[in-house]
Amino acid sequence: MQVWLEPLIKIVLVVLATQAAVAYLVLVERKVAAYMQDRLGPNRVGPWGLFQPIADGAKFILKEELIPAGADRALFLIAPVSILAAATLAFATIPFGYLVPWPGADPIELTIAPKVDIGLLFVFAIGSLGVYGVILGGWASNNKYSLLGGLRSSAQLVSYEIPLGLSVIGVLLFSGSLRLETIITAQAQSGWWWFAVQPLGFLVFMVSGCAEASRLPFDLPECEQELVGGYHTEYTAMKFGMFAFAEYLHLITVAFLTVNLYLGGWHLWGLAPYADEVGWFGAIVRVLVLNIKMLLVILFFMWIRWSWPRFRYDQLMNIAWKVMIPLGVINLLVCAVCQEFLDPKNYLTRAVLGWLAVGGCVLYAALFAHPGKTRLKAPGIT
Amino acid sequence: MQPDSKQIKWVDEPKLGLAGRLYLTPLIDGLSLTARHFFRTARGEGFTRQFPEERPLFGNPLIYRGVHRLNKDEQGRVKCVACFLCATACPAHCIDIIGTESPWADREKYPQSFVIDELRCIFCGMCEEACPVDAIELTSLFDLTGASREEMVFDKEKLLSVYDQTCDLEPMRSRGPAAHSGPPPGKDH
Repeated sequence: MQVWLEPLIKIVLVVLATQAAVAYLVLVERKVAAYMQDRLGPNRVGPWGLFQPIADGAKFILKEELIPAGADRALFLIAPVSILAAATLAFATIPFGYLVPWPGADPIELTIAPKVDIGLLFVFAIGSLGVYGVILGGWASNNKYSLLGGLRSSAQLVSYEIPLGLSVIGVLLFSGSLRLETIITAQAQSGWWWFAVQPLGFLVFMVSGCAEASRLPFDLPECEQELVGGYHTEYTAMKFGMFAFAEYLHLITVAFLTVNLYLGGWHLWGLAPYADEVGWFGAIVRVLVLNIKMLLVILFFMWIRWSWPRFRYDQLMNIAWKVMIPLGVINLLVCAVCQEFLDPKNYLTRAVLGWLAVGGCVLYAALFAHPGKTRLKAPGIT
Repeated sequence: MQPDSKQIKWVDEPKLGLAGRLYLTPLIDGLSLTARHFFRTARGEGFTRQFPEERPLFGNPLIYRGVHRLNKDEQGRVKCVACFLCATACPAHCIDIIGTESPWADREKYPQSFVIDELRCIFCGMCEEACPVDAIELTSLFDLTGASREEMVFDKEKLLSVYDQTCDLEPMRSRGPAAHSGPPPGKDH
């Protein structure tokens, strides 16, 4: 097969699959939300509302495109394009399967750009480009509410990148590589998924990832209640649709990363174990396992979205700087100590130490953390 | 208002236990609550009624105030005697009657035209109350739609057809046909 043909096929495959996935995730989200609120959700377009995404897409395309009179036209147009481009680009190094046999050639790796040694770093670098789209959109709209939304959104995204980065260092230490394929293989070879070994890092990653994807309870970028829709207030039709698309692409990215870094990727004991030889059956099972895990993580994110109340802005920042960063540092410390002093195969001790660290943090929070000290008190009560 | 005002009742927040301070049990409570509702709806035990397919149930359709109808007597003639009492009682001025001499022996007048603008109507039921011969009644038809304003102006034929449409389900609430009840009270016949 030609050198350029293989990546091209994979790019087309991934882009089409993610676009379709986003369209249907919107439907799933609406269905999940409706069911949790004792409603039925969209059920008129097609059986069980299955053609609703097509109707939504047609609506986005056919609606009138408005550019506010005072807006900076160039930046206003660049913002949604840049955020969508950055969100799509992040899939370049994310594996969505394992090796697939190819007759007469080396087996194909199911990653657009396989064997990229900075894989995870690339995902984070590209992912943080999304901030530009947010702040450009807020600024170019020439609307005070959009600007406020863009500002606090970028502050949130920048803040949560630090715990996000801290939490994965433990994974990198144990796997010994930034390549996502190697990280999965390390988990598959050891039989331990990193979430069991580094529970603290997993927690920090899930929380920060949720914040990075701007999902509730960290939806301050949108903040429909206070900010009239946040940074995309002035956007209409497909330009708004691109922002919404990028949001769901971020969600998929975070879910993929969660699965690949902490939940064993394509590995499942018994069904999809680590193996050197490559067969068609194994390849298909691995793709299925990986993507079903990814879907379950997304469903979990949707579940918590409709279950938990949202944070106030100062609480959001407190959680990032006063809770998540210290927890990330503790996790890093435990992992580094394990890596230095323990036998590389001794995962049980590592897991025990990891859970002990969780217990210690819980104990500390129970004994010394007093939330609500600044509350307004009745006179005469100290 | 000062903080020590007698009118302010101070309520202290309930103290959180250990689990509450760790946010663990509240978070799990939230998750389990939404999960319960999710699976209840998924089992088909939700509350939604599929409206156009599934008609809503009325407690008593006879007292529902929906679209008007003009009742007919047993000879199929319009019961209305064009006394204008409904048009006078109507607070929205949506009833427009043109009365003329009746071709029948048992009454003097009958409506040559009887028009109700359903868009102006507020469905208060005053016309029904005012009618001395129980000719105008409100039915339980509630899904009143039209593609234009003109379409929503109901003339006599349309109002009589509403009677044909609903007379089986909702019997006339009258004391009997006009011929049996005699002339309207207070009128010299």
